[in-house]
Amino acid sequence: MRTKLGAMPDVMVDKLGNSNATASPPTNTAAGIPNDASRRNFLRRSSTLAGSALAAGAAGVSLSHAAPLAIPDSNKGYGKPIPADDYGMPSKFESKVRRRRTDVFVNRQNFSDWSMTPLQHQHGIVTPNGLIFERHHNGTPDIDPSTHKLVIHGMVRQPLEFSMDDLMRYPAVSRFHFMECSGNGLADWLKNASTTVQQTHGLLSGGQWTGIPVSWLLDEAGLQAGATWALFEGADGSGHVRSMPMKKLLDDCLLVYALNGEMLRPENGYPLRLFVPGWEGNVSVKWLRRIKVGDQPWHARSETARYTDPMPDGKWRQFSFEMECKSVITRPSGGMHIARGMHEIQGFAWSGNGKIKAVDVTTDGGKNWQEAVLEEPVMDKCLTRFRYRWEWQGGPATIASRAVDSTGYVQPSVQELQKPRAIVGFVQHHNGIFPWSVSASGEVKNAIA
Amino acid sequence: MRLLKLVLTVTGALVVAGCATQEMSQPVAKPNVAYGKPIAEADIAAWNIDIRTPDGKGLPAGRGTVAEGKAVYDAKCAVCHGAEAKGGPVYGTMVGGIGSFKTNARVLTPGSMYPYAPILFDYIRRSMPMDRPQSMTVNEVYAVSAYILQLNGLIPDSAVMDQNSLARVQMPNRDGFIVDDRPDTKAVRCMTNCK
Repeated sequence: MRTKLGAMPDVMVDKLGNSNATASPPTNTAAGIPNDASRRNFLRRSSTLAGSALAAGAAGVSLSHAAPLAIPDSNKGYGKPIPADDYGMPSKFESKVRRRRTDVFVNRQNFSDWSMTPLQHQHGIVTPNGLIFERHHNGTPDIDPSTHKLVIHGMVRQPLEFSMDDLMRYPAVSRFHFMECSGNGLADWLKNASTTVQQTHGLLSGGQWTGIPVSWLLDEAGLQAGATWALFEGADGSGHVRSMPMKKLLDDCLLVYALNGEMLRPENGYPLRLFVPGWEGNVSVKWLRRIKVGDQPWHARSETARYTDPMPDGKWRQFSFEMECKSVITRPSGGMHIARGMHEIQGFAWSGNGKIKAVDVTTDGGKNWQEAVLEEPVMDKCLTRFRYRWEWQGGPATIASRAVDSTGYVQPSVQELQKPRAIVGFVQHHNGIFPWSVSASGEVKNAIA
Repeated sequence: MRLLKLVLTVTGALVVAGCATQEMSQPVAKPNVAYGKPIAEADIAAWNIDIRTPDGKGLPAGRGTVAEGKAVYDAKCAVCHGAEAKGGPVYGTMVGGIGSFKTNARVLTPGSMYPYAPILFDYIRRSMPMDRPQSMTVNEVYAVSAYILQLNGLIPDSAVMDQNSLARVQMPNRDGFIVDDRPDTKAVRCMTNCK
């Protein structure tokens, strides 16, 4: 049964909303946060407002009027005029909501690097374009779409060349899907390396992708008999390449030029990329310029020496494409501080193998689980929002979520993943249950180990 | 065999996923249009640089020695990767690690990790050096590949790498890969009194 979601009092005090919290110890609460005084004022105003709302619903309760509400200045004059032209930006009061490089895994250069989505600040299932996570292998190229070309060749009847204008003449297809890097969570298997959910899970974003089915263009070029794989190559400084099995390409892959209603941002592949629903982000080759059709995989560096998974017997699991069913609580999450009372536990669930069927939440460290509410729409290979109301009485607690997908697969714990896999070093494809601890004083911390 | 297994795995996943496709207003039918312009393979030659690494298909004519490779490496690679590929200010070692994969201290280098030697040529040519990728000559790429292989003890000092010899180098991790066999867990959805 679906719970009706009403207004929620703003009782959560997110003292460490920023994700770069490891630079200072988590106990260092107020110090070092910009605009702290104005932020406290904002929070005080918020709780006052929430208090009034509650009072309005409870007739006859009298309140003291120590802080009578003043008419805000914003009511008393002109607002800013509409500029002649503009690209709207978030309020300056939201400047903490930033995509960030990790400061957990130290990278000594920032060309082959990544930045992470602030999931703790995301509302709904669409990640704003300026917050979609990044992973590049040699920085972001600046490509002029008027000169960009896509070529399809190899085992085809007729090699073809397309301009961006050519590609955008085709009817368009738009679909909502998540994208996740295979390395999401790699620092937090067996130790609490990260502070915030941005650091633990921020190589994850969701949105509406617009483009053309790859199958249309492969069909136009004409696949030769025996064409079972294709190589996708980027126009970036790494010349990134991945081999893709034809079956998946013909099923649901798109050549994408837009995301969330506008052309791709440069860092997300402008003007053209492959998009592979449900599979590790690395195969969705950005800045796409070439598709070469073949009859076997190429075994490039990115599909042998990297993006493979160590096994206990010394072997490596290869072509581990699907991002398996996973979930995480984003609120409350690491670095936050909560007060006693009702909290709506919120988070994301997703599966590269289908739809989310259910999400369970525990508040006692995994002993007992309760089914959370899934918010519509629940879509195939897409971020799904779950919500669960929790009355925190003030004692230490450990909270976590566990997702089940439409194949019946249940999100495992790290301990369960550790049985078949070797969890040492730089290990990818971490879809383990991720717990957060809440201390008696309300500090929320990474509790993976 | 490996390919067959993969195809079966992928097919299985698709059958499952087929039960849960995203609601779309209508199935998207291919339009009866064709905007691609025919192009000759000869006109794609400069882009056509991929190497099919198990057999080296696509390796160009050219050659490079270990000694030539050391000179190129010292000039173009050592600043990031360190002398003798032992690790530098930006990146870790590219030498050693052979035999380390059954331990908890796996060391990933081209020598220990690459199943096929032509991966070196493909990757160095397309991606290195990072500030000027695709700037090295074919002979320079063969030479640096030779030097890295020699530092890893996989070819002798006197070896010459070319489109035939490179693909014949036996890499220790050649049989080190298995095709995705997930799901590899069978978690149970316990609701009460778990653990």
